[in-house]
Amino acid sequence: MAEGLFRIGIDVGGTNTDAVLMGSDLEILAKHKATTSSDVVESISEAMAAVIAQSEVSAECVTQVMLGTTHATNAVLQRRDLGKVATIRIGGPATKSVPPLVTWPTDLRDVVSAGEIIVDGGFEFDGTEQVAFDAQATEKFLDSLADAPDAFAVASVFAPVSDAHELQAAELIRARFPDTPISLSGSIGSIGLIERENACVLNAALIEVAHKIVSGLGSALIQNGVDAIQYFAQNDGTLMAMERVLKFPVLTIGSGPANSMRGAAHLSGLAEAIVVDVGGTSTDIGVLTSGFPRESAIPVEIGGVRTNFRMPDLLAVALGGGTVIGGSTDGTDLKIGPESVGHKLSTEALCFGGTVSTLSDAANKKGRASFGTAEPDALSDDVAGLVLDRIDALFEDGIDRMKLSRSDQPVIAVGGGSVLMPESLAGVSQIIRPAHHDVANAVGAAIASISAEIDQIFPLDGTTREETLEAAKADAIGAAVALGAVPADTEVISLEELTMAYMTDNIIRLRIKAAGPLGQFVAD
Amino acid sequence: MKLIGDNELEWLSMGASVFGGGGGGDPHMGSLMAGHALDTGGEVPLVSLDSLDDEDLILPVAMVGAPTVMAEKFLSGDEGDRLKTAMEKALDRKISAVCCAELGGVNGVIPVMWATRIGLPIVDCDLMGRAFPELQMTTAAIAGVSINPVVITDERGNVVQFRTVSPKWAEKMVRTVVASMGAAASLCLYPMTVAQAKTATVVGSVSRAMEVGRLLLEASDDPIAALCDSVDGYPLIEGKLVDVERQTTEGFSRGSATIEGTGADSGRLLRLEFQNENLLAMEDGRVLASVPDIITAVDVHTARPIVTERLRYGQRVSVLALPCDPIWRSDKALEVVGPKVFSYDIDYVPVEELHG
Repeated sequence: MAEGLFRIGIDVGGTNTDAVLMGSDLEILAKHKATTSSDVVESISEAMAAVIAQSEVSAECVTQVMLGTTHATNAVLQRRDLGKVATIRIGGPATKSVPPLVTWPTDLRDVVSAGEIIVDGGFEFDGTEQVAFDAQATEKFLDSLADAPDAFAVASVFAPVSDAHELQAAELIRARFPDTPISLSGSIGSIGLIERENACVLNAALIEVAHKIVSGLGSALIQNGVDAIQYFAQNDGTLMAMERVLKFPVLTIGSGPANSMRGAAHLSGLAEAIVVDVGGTSTDIGVLTSGFPRESAIPVEIGGVRTNFRMPDLLAVALGGGTVIGGSTDGTDLKIGPESVGHKLSTEALCFGGTVSTLSDAANKKGRASFGTAEPDALSDDVAGLVLDRIDALFEDGIDRMKLSRSDQPVIAVGGGSVLMPESLAGVSQIIRPAHHDVANAVGAAIASISAEIDQIFPLDGTTREETLEAAKADAIGAAVALGAVPADTEVISLEELTMAYMTDNIIRLRIKAAGPLGQFVAD
Repeated sequence: MKLIGDNELEWLSMGASVFGGGGGGDPHMGSLMAGHALDTGGEVPLVSLDSLDDEDLILPVAMVGAPTVMAEKFLSGDEGDRLKTAMEKALDRKISAVCCAELGGVNGVIPVMWATRIGLPIVDCDLMGRAFPELQMTTAAIAGVSINPVVITDERGNVVQFRTVSPKWAEKMVRTVVASMGAAASLCLYPMTVAQAKTATVVGSVSRAMEVGRLLLEASDDPIAALCDSVDGYPLIEGKLVDVERQTTEGFSRGSATIEGTGADSGRLLRLEFQNENLLAMEDGRVLASVPDIITAVDVHTARPIVTERLRYGQRVSVLALPCDPIWRSDKALEVVGPKVFSYDIDYVPVEELHG
């Protein structure tokens, strides 16, 4: 039996649930991959049990569990388990031309809406008041709510510059509904009112889902006799603590691709590379810079709702192991995808005795892959060759579109479908296929840094801006260390100094995120 | 008479991005505001100048300010009504139709919102046929129509009215007032009769933008070729954006982008200079197109126009040049909007002559 302290990383994806069990040197001792069942908690528990059994590690020696999950994404996409949210926008008389939630798909709005209002208030870009906050109108709205909603969302104009009106509204809410969770836009997003408000309302609607995630993981731990600290993967590729996921569940959306890219970086040892993650239905191409995913510059839609989250910049290409080859059997009008047999690959593809020609069959035919239970005889050698030429050109084009410079760059191939990729491609210096690439997502969750964020206004009385900055950075680092980060390796990964001009010269608002690798022993 | 509804708004928004030449801001926020106004206020009639009486008065309108501010503190929706009321009072005459002051970017769609809320039609013309950064850069100014009075309002209900000695002075004063209103405001200017508008505006520009936008949204095979065909445009290069440099000075986003040719254009290198709008396209020291002709970068696959603030490394783009309205090509007009005004020491040559 292996000795020491261990961690388990789990990634619950739409199709598969992956898990890895790692030792203190981050060596992989066991891995597991299975189809995600409709009972997600069961999938998590089974994955945990599988890696514990495989590694023969005693359950008591597992001290940390990292979970990346698609719970929140699925809740929004499938419009289920979402809470009813009452939304207060503080922005009148401006912004009335587009009321809250009118840009949402009707079915999602129907599920989430518990009433909306626009009250006067909000700030200018320089921190001066646009107009005074209308507390009376806010109270009247609160009184009009027949039943307590599941959560409140509050978004004021230029809240990232000053959230004073949001805080005043929160106080009024707390006075009437002391137990109802409140999401404030200023702590969630950046400039762009509609997008930030949308993210804030989604966050409020997901609070119950967050409790489900946390209690689900908790019961999976109990079932397996594991007493570990829980961490949750978020969209920037770092982990957050349980208290934070309960407040900001929307940040878990997009953690899957971030995990996969972070996992690819860890498995390959490369910090600067293109990551090509080939699944059953599609391929995601992303870029690693300094070991982290490059962030998207354009607004991201979640379930038809536009938000301004920082998400990994990904190019999705409809190429996967199950992608269907269409056209005649002699290769005329050859058509590749976008249809895919998806998770039915092992029953429907030629190489598993099925009747559908897929990219996996072409790869098997030409010796690029060797798996399955049958020869893909229905696919001719010539057509298979044509197909592979075609997909290589698609890979090359996709990689080139994501590249940062003209020079050849390394590509890390991960995911179950990565056998489709050839030995070399134009514009690529080398293609690296790291061991355990099939569970890169779970590896990414397991090795992720723990991050902590502080967002505070600091008075500058008797101190200089520089001194305050240094003290605030130390606070952020201290917060990450308190959550388990190794002190020596914890650093500030983002710092925003928000304009507070015109309010007074004697304060600054800082939003600082610090992150560091998790140590084995948690400062408690 | 045509009606502008949800579909037409979408076409107009797309067309306004094409004619915006990379400037005028992302029309997304404008489309949200106008779309919601249409949902509640109903479709807006689009009328030709010929269908109105020569003595009828039209009201050119626009938003001014910083796009970042507009993304945060957008309109209340009452601004158009206040502008109309103030202008009618100032001139002691009724307004018959709303007119688009700048058919490029967000201002291409804003008049739709105000028209439906006021209950007036939109007239099929505008004062630029593209996007420009300053108030004197209008066909109305070139034709000698007075900019006065200029009325500005904000979301709070402040209304400021100017009478200035020249459009350039109006530009200067409007900037100051807009700054004090929080860097975004709404205005109307160059009120004129239909008779004046027939020679002082780009006639038919709204319906043309809608046609172009519709074509882009509906073209299935080769939207870029279809687009060039419909606007007499010239594809300058197809390639990959390999470098973008920018600096922000005096509220303008200035910079340049380098596009490396691909496919049939392999081996070519095009330099695109922009100041909010794309102003100049050069290759090996040779001018391929310059302001006031319209230069628009579009996505190679979708033909969707890309505003200059969204240009970034790695994008696959096709750069197109579209002839501007002939009114911009006189010596007098070039003194207001020619390349030298934007500090490029070159003479303007119409794009058709460069690529004839």
